[in-house]
Amino acid sequence: MIALGELMREPSPSGRFGEYGGRFVPESLVPACEELDKAFHEAWGDPPFREELDFLLRTYSGRPTPVTECRRLSEMLDIRLLLKREDLNHTGSHKLNNVIGQALLARRMGKSRLVAETGAGQHGVATATAAALFGMECAVYMGAVDVERQALNVFRMKLLGATVHTVESGSRTLKDAINEALREWVGTVETTHYCIGSVMGPHPYPFVVRELQRVVGDEARGQCREILKGDPDVVVACVGGGSNAAGTFAGFVDSGARLIGVEAAGGAAMGHGIPGVVHGMRSKFIQDEAGQILEAHSISAGLDYPGVGPEHAQLGDAGRAEYFEASDDEVLAAFKLLAETEGIIPALEPAHGLAWIVREAGRGIPRGSAVLLTMSGRGDKDVALVMEKMGENS
Amino acid sequence: MSAHEPGRLEARLRERRDAGRKLLVPYVTGGLGDDWVPALEAIAAAGADAIEIGLPFSDPMMDGPTIQEASVRALAAGATPQTILGELVEADAGGVPLVVMTYYNLVARMGHRRMASLLVESGVSGAILPDLPIDEIDPWKTEADATGIETVLLAAPTTPDARLRAIVGKAEGFLYAVGVMGVTGERSSLAASATAIAARCKAITDLPVLVGIGITTPDQAAEVCQVADGVVIGSVVVRRLLDGEGPDGVAKLVASFREALDSHS
Repeated sequence: MIALGELMREPSPSGRFGEYGGRFVPESLVPACEELDKAFHEAWGDPPFREELDFLLRTYSGRPTPVTECRRLSEMLDIRLLLKREDLNHTGSHKLNNVIGQALLARRMGKSRLVAETGAGQHGVATATAAALFGMECAVYMGAVDVERQALNVFRMKLLGATVHTVESGSRTLKDAINEALREWVGTVETTHYCIGSVMGPHPYPFVVRELQRVVGDEARGQCREILKGDPDVVVACVGGGSNAAGTFAGFVDSGARLIGVEAAGGAAMGHGIPGVVHGMRSKFIQDEAGQILEAHSISAGLDYPGVGPEHAQLGDAGRAEYFEASDDEVLAAFKLLAETEGIIPALEPAHGLAWIVREAGRGIPRGSAVLLTMSGRGDKDVALVMEKMGENS
Repeated sequence: MSAHEPGRLEARLRERRDAGRKLLVPYVTGGLGDDWVPALEAIAAAGADAIEIGLPFSDPMMDGPTIQEASVRALAAGATPQTILGELVEADAGGVPLVVMTYYNLVARMGHRRMASLLVESGVSGAILPDLPIDEIDPWKTEADATGIETVLLAAPTTPDARLRAIVGKAEGFLYAVGVMGVTGERSSLAASATAIAARCKAITDLPVLVGIGITTPDQAAEVCQVADGVVIGSVVVRRLLDGEGPDGVAKLVASFREALDSHS
C-alpha cells in the first residue's frame, strides 16, 4: 500500500503510478515519448518557460478563473456549494490549460504541427485555438457519432483553421478517435506533436497533462481558503479520461477533503473496469473476458470513454479518491437545475459531478458541508442535444 | 548476436537464410471467414518460410484499414484467442513455423503464463506484440522464455543506435524491421526507410532481419531483399481474403512473391 503522502507526485522513471501507467507504444513512437519526457522536465524547471505559460494563461486564457459560491442551490441542498469556473476559461473549458502548455512544448521541440483527438470537441477546439495562436498546423480526429452530436464544435475547429477528420472505425467515438490519432502520429511523429487531451496515454503524457492542469486545483485551494477560511469538505470533478479531476485533485490531495470523481454510468472504468493495457497505458478499462475493449455509452461525448487515466486507478486503489457514477437522466436533471437556480448552463460533463452532489446532499454529504465542484466547461455545445432530449417536457 | 540457443522459428529461418534463400512471412488474420485455416495451409504450401497469425483486437493501433476491417469481421464472427488457437491445433502447415501477432491487452487479460502455454499447445513457435516495447517486455518474456515461445521484436526507423542494440540483444526468431513510419497497409512504392533500417539492423546482428509494413508487390520485396533477409507481407494478403479470393487467391499471391524472391537471390 502506497503512503498517501506519496500520491500525485512524479511517477517512477518508467512512468508508473503504482502498478498503473507505463509506456506501451509501438517502437516507432518510443523516441518521441522519450523526447517529450526530456523536454517537459527541462521546460518545467525553466523559469522563462513557466513565465511564458503563466503570461498566456493570464492574458490570453483569462486565468485565474473565479470560484463562485452558489447561493440558491446551496440553500436548496443544505450544503455550501462552490464552483471552480473553468467554464469561464477561454474556449469554454479547462482544456486550454493543457493545450497551451503542450503547444509551447511542441515549439520547444521544433515541431510545427499538432494532432489531437476529441470527444465532445472541447479539446479539439482548444488545440485548434492554440495552433492558431502559435501559427501551427492542426489535425483533429473525432468519432463520427461525436461529429454529429457536436456539430457546432466541428465548425468552430474549422473556423480556427484546423482539419477535422471524421473517424468511422469501431464505436465511432472518443476511443476510436484516439486510435486514429495514434495511427496518424506513427506516420508523422518526426514533425508532429500528439497533443493528448487528458491524463492518459503513454508516459509522460498522464504526468504532463496533470501538471498542466494542476493550475485548476492550486488556484481553487487558495480561493477556497479565502472564501471558507479553510479547505472544502468535499472536492468533486467529473471523470472521463480524468484531466480536470486530476488537475483539481492535485491541489487538494494533501488536504483533508474527500476527493470524488464522477463517471458516466455508461462509461465507468473506475466502477466496472478491469486492469488492462490500451492506448499506451496500463489502467482500468471496460473489457470482455478476452480483453476486447467494450464501447462506452453516455449522453456526454466527453465522458464516452471505456478507460480512465492511470493515476485515477492508483488514487482509487489507494482509497484517496472515490469514484461514483451518474446516469444520463440524473445528469439532465442537474443540467437544468443549475441553469434555473444559478443562471449557469453547465457542460454535460461537469453536470455529472453536480448530479452526484444533488443525489448525495444530506446523505453521503452531511448537511452544511462545504463542497467544491470543478465546473469544467460551459454548456453551449450541449444546448441543442439537451433541447432534443427534453423536447417533450420542456 | 543472440546468446541463446535458437528456438524452432529462429533455427528454421537461419538455416534457410544461410542456404541463400530470401525469407517470406505472410500474415493472416485468425478467424477471418470460414476458410482462414485452409488459406493458411495454402500459404504454407505456396512457399512461406513462416506464417504470422493475427489474433484480432478491438483497438489495433498499429494497423491500417485492411487489417482493421479483417479484425472487425473476425471479432463479429465470434473469434477469440481460444477459438483461433484451437483451430490451429488441427491445421496442417506442413512444418512451417507459426508466429502469433497480437496486441498486449489480450495477453495481459489471459495472463502471460497461460497465453504462452496455450501458444505452445497450439503449435505456435513465436509471438509479436507490437505495443509491448523492450522497456515493458520482461514480465511477458520471462514466461515466454520458460515455455520456449520466441519473442520477435520490432526495430523502427526512428530507433536510435543504442536502443537498436538493446532490441537486438533481446530479440528471438527474427528481427522485425519496420519499413516505413506508419501503420500496416499497402504502399505504391518502397520507402527509402525500408532499405535503410534493414541495413542498420544487418550491420549489428546475425539474426534474420525481415522488413515488414508497406511491402505490397513482389518487386518491392525483391528490392528490399537486396539488403534484408526477407519480408513480412500482411495487408496485401488480407485484402485478397477480404475480397473473397480464398485459399487459391492467396496461394497465387504468395507464390508470386516466392518467385520474385527466388529469382533475385
